[in-house]
Formats: sequence, structure tokens, C-alpha cells
Amino acid sequence: MNIEAIKAEVAAWLDENWSPDRSLVEWRTMLLDAGWAAPGWPEDCFGRGFTGEQVAAVEDVFREKGAVGAAQVGPRRLAAETILVHGTADQKQRYLPPILTGEHAWCQLFSEPGSGSDLAGASTKAELTDGRWVINGQKVWNTSAHHADFGILVARSNWDLPKHQGLSYFLIDMRQPGVEVRPLKQMNGHASFNEVFMTDAIVPQEDLMGGEGNGWAVATTTLSIERQGFARGRSPRSPREPREGAIYEEFARELEVANEPYTWYPQREGRVDLIMPRARETGAISDPSVRQEIAKLLSMQTGAKLAAASAAAQRKSGSNEIIPAGSIGKLGASFIARQSAHVHTMISGTDAMLSGADSPEEGIVAETLISVPAISIAGGTDEIQRNIIAERVLGMPKEPRMDTGPFRDIKRNADS
Amino acid sequence: MVEKLRGERKLTGRLPPLRGSCTLIEELGSRCSAMQTDFTATDFTEDQRQFHDVVAKFLDDKSPVAAVRSLLDSKSGYDEAVWRQMCRDVGLAGIHIPEQYGGAGFGPVELGIVCQEMGRTLYSGPYFSSAVMAGYVLLYCGGDDIKSSLLPEIAAGERIATVVADNLNDLTLAGQHMTVNGGVLEGQCAIATDAHIADVLLVIADDDLYLVESDAEGVAIEQRQSLDPTRRISKVTFTGAKAEKAGSARADRLNAAWDDMCIALSLEMMGGAQRLFDTTIEYMGMRYQFGRPIGSFQGLKHRCADLLLELEWSRAVVQHAAFSRAVGEDEPHIASMAKAMASDVYMKAAKEAIQLRGGIGFTWEEDTHLWYKRAKSSEVFLGSPHLHRERVISLMENAA
Repeated sequence: MNIEAIKAEVAAWLDENWSPDRSLVEWRTMLLDAGWAAPGWPEDCFGRGFTGEQVAAVEDVFREKGAVGAAQVGPRRLAAETILVHGTADQKQRYLPPILTGEHAWCQLFSEPGSGSDLAGASTKAELTDGRWVINGQKVWNTSAHHADFGILVARSNWDLPKHQGLSYFLIDMRQPGVEVRPLKQMNGHASFNEVFMTDAIVPQEDLMGGEGNGWAVATTTLSIERQGFARGRSPRSPREPREGAIYEEFARELEVANEPYTWYPQREGRVDLIMPRARETGAISDPSVRQEIAKLLSMQTGAKLAAASAAAQRKSGSNEIIPAGSIGKLGASFIARQSAHVHTMISGTDAMLSGADSPEEGIVAETLISVPAISIAGGTDEIQRNIIAERVLGMPKEPRMDTGPFRDIKRNADS
Repeated sequence: MVEKLRGERKLTGRLPPLRGSCTLIEELGSRCSAMQTDFTATDFTEDQRQFHDVVAKFLDDKSPVAAVRSLLDSKSGYDEAVWRQMCRDVGLAGIHIPEQYGGAGFGPVELGIVCQEMGRTLYSGPYFSSAVMAGYVLLYCGGDDIKSSLLPEIAAGERIATVVADNLNDLTLAGQHMTVNGGVLEGQCAIATDAHIADVLLVIADDDLYLVESDAEGVAIEQRQSLDPTRRISKVTFTGAKAEKAGSARADRLNAAWDDMCIALSLEMMGGAQRLFDTTIEYMGMRYQFGRPIGSFQGLKHRCADLLLELEWSRAVVQHAAFSRAVGEDEPHIASMAKAMASDVYMKAAKEAIQLRGGIGFTWEEDTHLWYKRAKSSEVFLGSPHLHRERVISLMENAA
């Protein structure tokens, strides 16, 4: 179907149906029924099987008409796209519609105090008792868990198998007495993440996803989706122009809650966009050593952009190496963020000693300087990405392993 | 004038017209299978890919490392038979020269394919000096007569030309120490590539371009010791040499020629860098220490991952530079960005190729040093990375 025909169809449908006076859920239910909530999803799964280009065309028309789309923000996207790949028909039917309508928020329950980079070393217990899974353990770095209705959870269902084989992947109800969520404050002062404690928390049997013992494979899907997000980056959003209508207020509230943990994310990417304006404003642009560093930064950024476009084109033409491509992009994002923080420091000089409203760009530069260390850790450290690149892209031999055999015999941190 | 030239450039996918022995091309084509080199960008047409395979195969056959080594101590530094075959039979020297001047009429992308493969195989000969540098200087700066007479000879490889510019770091500053009075040239150029085998010298003097026959009276060409024996350097001294005015060397024209040379050189560098990288990864899988392949150590493989990232970025920028220039949509700074990035990544790949091989990497017997020397020579040739980064910012500032 060609782009113009799609645009015409969406425009006609919106002219017929769009109204800013409906409630968010009411409107999104209409989108869902009409197949416009997630046009990139398969036709038998609430979508239309559209290509990326076709989806972008649909989004363009929504923007032109000022129409609100399906809920997409936050970790719900990771959950939805993983369910799309691994869920049963029943799981898709139960969980995907409320994600798209925004009725359900989700969180990711993967990392643990005792297993960060070594994600497959999770030791949260899942025991099948009386026909239901009983979960005990602690998770950490859980974005938006305090707002979440459900979580995607990796837990150990078998301690006698090697570590990757003993994991299972669950869809867990966060609104139950066995789940406790506590905020976790970061070095930049924000608390975007939580710790989640599970004590005899319950997951019904039908909410095991991908089969018992298959949790690592399912988690790998989620992680590759997450890395693509890192590689794509987040450009700072300009404030939406105010519009009349009840639905816009409701939508604004939803965005505010969903985006709250992410207000500093553009800063952790280094705010390359502020480099040239700041260099001109401060006069640092006339400093030859600053010019050298800016040129390096802009070269890196240009290279990353062009390499990503080339990788995307290759994917389109059939190659399906999403994991390594995501790893290269994510590692690159770390290099760019660090170089940008370095240049921001050169440009700001002693003003880099200041913070908050007293500092350049109302504290944005200062927040950049103390947020950049996150980019090379979150979503898989640079070192893990380098392993993936070396082993899967370059085919280099793996490190000898010390963690084979039954999981219960593997050496772990004393306290986990 | 430059705009007109732009208009003449084509980005077509045809193979270049065949000269001389068609059977050679056919034979080469049929023997080519999938090359392991990595010109896999999706942007290339099928014909461009086939052209790449033909060029790669030709250079693998005619410029293997053993052949490169055999030329190291030779006086001329190139194999005349291979050069003739390359120019007459395969038509590589005129690939980027418009058809009206006897070339194949292709642009920076096809020329880039040739240069990349020459970088990969470390081809030793006057291709870059004559076809690329003299070719582009004539195209941008030359008068109609000289273009009509000399370009076909360069395209056919019948005469070897080189550019004598007394500032090879910033081409736009060249010519300041050359003077012409009444058709008589005085001055000295300390570094001119391949002048020792050139028939014709294109001399930048003041703001003009002059043609000097290399065997004319008052021309002294003295080959110097070059760090990279595959890129020969001479000192050229003119004492009352007869010089024929050949065109204008105004800054805008030299800038345009410089940009095209930089893009071609960047592709040459990417070919060399990729070759060093590939052989290093292969070596690290075979070399055992402490009972395991050294490629299994994170301390080493992580450096390879970082290098891959830089290679990907540099290649993306360099290819973009060639593609956008071919259709006249290149941003003013992109050639300099490409040159700076390619220079840096080639040197980094060369340093790592030696370091990751350990002691063997520092020996004469191992081949890596040959590429290391080419990398070092290319780093400063046609502008250092520092100069080009400065140029990137200046050109961006001008555009803003």
C-alpha cells in the first residue's frame, strides 16, 4: 500500500472519528478497534503489518490533525514488544489492548543486587506451588515500578540446571500484597528507579511466558529491544502547543507521569545539541583547542548517525542482526556522551563548578556532567556491549567460563 | 566552471567502457565470487558491486604483498606492465574523468572503489599522483586546451603526471614559493609524489597552474627517502625551466580539487584500515598464549570492539562524502571530516595491528609495517587531521 493512500485513509478516518472531548481510554479503544493503535504490529495482533515508513506516515497524519495516539511511553513498550514475540494468543489478548489504551503501565524486573551485568545469574526464586508460581527475591533499577500495574519478571525456576536454562519469564501483577516498591536515589539527585521486593508474590500459571526454563531467550528479546532504544537516543522534546479539549489534559497528565523518570535522559546523552550555541555564546568557539574537540565530537555524531542509517537500510534488505547493530549503536552513544561532557566542561570553564539555577543553561549543563556516567552502564554496560560486538560481530573466541554446571554450585556474592 | 563540472558528473551504474582486451575483464568477472572485503553498503548498485569485484580481483592478482615487497627496493617503485594493463585494459586511470576527455565518465564513488582496493592491497604506483591528483587539478583548474590534450593521455596511462604543490598540507596555500616570469619558472618543491617517474609536472605557482615537461631543461628531480616506500617522494627544483600556462589555481578551484582528492584518499585509507583490522582479528583467533587464543581475552577483544566502532563511523562518513559529492549534494565540510576520521582510524588500526601481534608485529618479515607506514604517510598527506578538523569548524561556521 503506498504512502499517499495510507495518509489519505488515516486522514479520512480521523476526520470522521477524532474528537478531543472523549476520554483517553474511550478514544484509544476506538483506535484499537480500527487498527490505528499500532499499525506496525501484525494484522492478527491489533495492527496492520505496516513497515516503519508506513507507520511514520500514519504518525505524521496524527500529528497534523492533532490527534492523540496509543500509549507508547515508558517500559510498557518493552513489555508489549516482547509479548508480541513470545506471548500466547491468550496473553496477547489480555495484555496488549490495555497497554495500547494506557490503562496498564508496566515495569521491567530483571536486574538484581547480585546480578547486574551477569543478568542470567538472577537468584529470585520462582516455585510452582499449588498450581501457581510463588516468587521470592529482590529486583533493582526498576523504572516506573511505583506506577506500574504489571511487570516483566525474570526469575529462577530451577536451581539444578545450568544458569541460563533455569530461568523463566513471568508477567506479574504489581498490585498485590507480596510486592513492595521503594525508590532508589541516584548520584544526580533524581530517583528514576526503584527497588522491588517480592515476598511470596503470586503469578498464575498462565502468566508464565515462553515456557518454563526458556526465560533467558525471552529476556534476550527484551534486551535487544531496549538496546535499540539506547542507540536511537532521546531528543529533548519541545513543549507541545496547548490545545483545547479534555483529552489533551488527560494526555498531558499521562505524559508527565510517564516521562518523569526520563527528564534527565537527554542530559545523560551529553546534550550535543547545546555545544555550538554554548561555544558561540561564551566565545569558546575561537579557542583552537576547543574547536578541535568540537570537530571530533561532531564527527563522531555524524558517523553514528550515518552508520545507523546504513545499518537500518541493511536490516530492511533482509539481514536481521538486530542485537549486534544495537550494541554498536549503544557503545557509540557512550563515546559521544563522554566526549560531549568533555567539551561542555571546556566551554564552561569554572562555571562547570556550579549547579542548578546558578549554572549555565539553568542547570542543564551541570546535570549533563553528572548524568553522563549512566549512559555507559544502563541497559548493559559498555563492557558487555564490547563482548557482544567482539563475539557475535567479529566472531572472536569467548572467555573461558567459571559458571557452568548446576546453578546452585556457582560461586556468587556472599550476600545473595 | 566548477558547477559545470559538477553537472557533468554522473552517478551511473554502468561498468566503464572496455579498452583493449575485453577477455581480461570477462575473465576477471567470471572468476570473481563474493569478495570478503566489506564494501557491503546497501547504497551500491549491483553494477558498482561487480565493478568492485573486478577491481579487487585485478589487484589481488597483480599487487599481492609479494609484489609490493619486490618493489620496495626498486628505483621506480612500480611495475610498468601492471600499470599499463591497469590503464589500458581495465581503464582505471580514467574512471572519474569525463568521457569527452577520454575517461569513463564516472564519479567519486567509482573512483573510491578503486582507491579503496588500492589501499587494501597497498598498490604501489603512480595512480594517486597521476589519475587522482593531476586528474582533479586539471579538471578543476586546467584550461580547455590542456584538458583536451593531457587528460586523455592521463586516462589512458600513456603519460604519468603529478602535481607539484609547495604546500601539501594546505593546498590552497601552495604556489607561494614558485615564481614565473616570462614563461620561465623558478622555485623548489620539497615534496612531490611520484615526480621521479612523471612525464609531466603540473606546477602551482602563485595563483596559476603551469605545465612543465619533466625532462625539460632547468628541471631537477631528485628522489628522496620516503617513510612509506610505496608512496615515492621527490624534491623538484626549477631553475629557469620553461613553463606553459595551463590554467588558474584560484583558491576556490583548488579547494574543490582538494576535496575530491581527500575523499579519494580517505577511501584508500579505509581500504587499508579494514585490511589491517581483518588480518588482526584473524591472527587473534590463531595465536595461543596461556592455553587460549589471545582473542578470548577481554582486555584485547574490547579494544577490537572499540576499533570496529570507529571503523564503522569513519566508513559511514567517508562513503557518505563520496556519494553526496557524486550528486553535488555534499556539505562543504564533509570531505575534511572524512579525511580527519579516516586518518585517525587508519593510524589507530595500524598501531593496534602491531601491538596486538606483539613482537612479530615489529618485524620486517611480517607485513603489517607496510600498511603502518602507508597509514602514517596518509595521515599527513593532503592535510593533517588537525588541519582538517579546523577546516570542518571553519566551513560549518561559514555555512551557518
